[in-house]
Amino acid sequence: MGTKGKIRTIIAFFVFVMALAFGGASLVVAADVPQPVTPKGKECVRDAAFMRANHMNLLKHKRDDTVYQGVRSGNDGLKDCVTCHAIPDDHGKPVGADDSRHFCRTCHDYAAVTMDCFQCHTSKPGGVSK
Amino acid sequence: MSEINRRKFLEGLASTTAGIAIAPGVLLYTTQAKAAVEGVSSAVRWGLLVDANKCSKDCNACVTACSKENGLVDNGRPTTDPQWIRKVDLKDKKTGKETSLPMMCQHCAEPPCVDVCPTGASFKRVDGIVLVDRHICIGCRYCMMACPYKARSFVHEAVTDQKPDIPRGKGTVESCSFCVHRVDQGKSPACVEACAAKEGAMTFGDMNDPKSEISQQLAKYPTTQIRADLGLDLGVRYRGI
Repeated sequence: MGTKGKIRTIIAFFVFVMALAFGGASLVVAADVPQPVTPKGKECVRDAAFMRANHMNLLKHKRDDTVYQGVRSGNDGLKDCVTCHAIPDDHGKPVGADDSRHFCRTCHDYAAVTMDCFQCHTSKPGGVSK
Repeated sequence: MSEINRRKFLEGLASTTAGIAIAPGVLLYTTQAKAAVEGVSSAVRWGLLVDANKCSKDCNACVTACSKENGLVDNGRPTTDPQWIRKVDLKDKKTGKETSLPMMCQHCAEPPCVDVCPTGASFKRVDGIVLVDRHICIGCRYCMMACPYKARSFVHEAVTDQKPDIPRGKGTVESCSFCVHRVDQGKSPACVEACAAKEGAMTFGDMNDPKSEISQQLAKYPTTQIRADLGLDLGVRYRGI
C-alpha cells in the first residue's frame, strides 16, 4: 500500500511538473507567434464565425452563378468583399492585394494560404453590384 | 359535378394569376411574366447586326469603346496584345469596292471553341453568348486554333488594375463577351453604344424576339453570316458585304 501511494504521489508530481514545463513553454511560444490582424469591419453578409469558415464557398457559389447564369445581384460576390473591406493606405487610398495590409492578405498571410483570386480580379474597390 | 363549377374555378384561378379581369375571360391587362429568379434565359438569343454600308473605314469607335469598357491595355505589342474586336478593310480587286467592318467573336450557336475545349472552360451561355470561364481555363489555346474568325486572344502578360466587372489574367484565353456584364443589366454592348453615337451601323438585340429591331431588320434586309458554309449559326450578322 505504502509503495503504491508513493508511486502515485511521484506520478502526480511528475505530471504536475511536466504540465508546468510544457504549459509554460507553450504560453511563451504563443506570445511569439504572429497573430492575425482582425480587421475592424461592420457587419458582414453572414456572422464572422461563418465567414471565417465558409467565405470561399460563398465566393465559389456566387462565381458560378454569375459566370453561367448571369446572376449579378446580391452582396456576397468578391466585388462586394473588396469594396466593403477596403483598407486605406497612408494617403487614404485603398490598398491592393500586393500590400500586406490588404484585408484578405492579413489572414491569408497568417494562415499561409495562397489566394489566386487577384491574378484576374481586382483587389481594389470599384463598384458594388446592385 | 357540373361543368360550370369547373369552369368557374378555372376562371377564378386565371384572374388571380394573370392580372385583372374586368369580366370572366376578359383581361384588362396581363402581367409580364418576369422570371422569379434573376438570370439568363434560353428564350433569348442575343445577336448583333452590322451594316457594313454605314461602317466607315476611318472610324474606330467600336474598338476604342471595347478597350475602354473591358480594360484592354495597349502594351504596344500588337502580336501579343489581346484584341476583342478589330476593324477589317476589304477591297474587291475587280471592282475596287471597299468595305470596312468590325470583326469579333461571332457567338456561334454551334461554337467550335466549345467543342474543342478540353476543360469545359469555353462555354455557351443559354442566351447564346459564348464565353470563357477563366476559373477553369488552362490556357491551352485549342479554342484559338478552332475559331474560324480568329476572334480569341491569349493573355500573354500579367494584368493589373482590372475593371471590377471584367476579371482578366495572364495565362487564359479571352474574347468578345458581347459586354455580358452590361447585357445582364439590360444595356447594349459598349461597341454598339459607341457606334450609335457615330455611324449607327450596329444593332444589338434578341434574335428570338420577332418584335426586336434586330429581328425586324433581319427579316427585311438580306444579311450575311461570314463563312456560312460552316453552318455555325452565327450571332453576328452583316449587311452589305
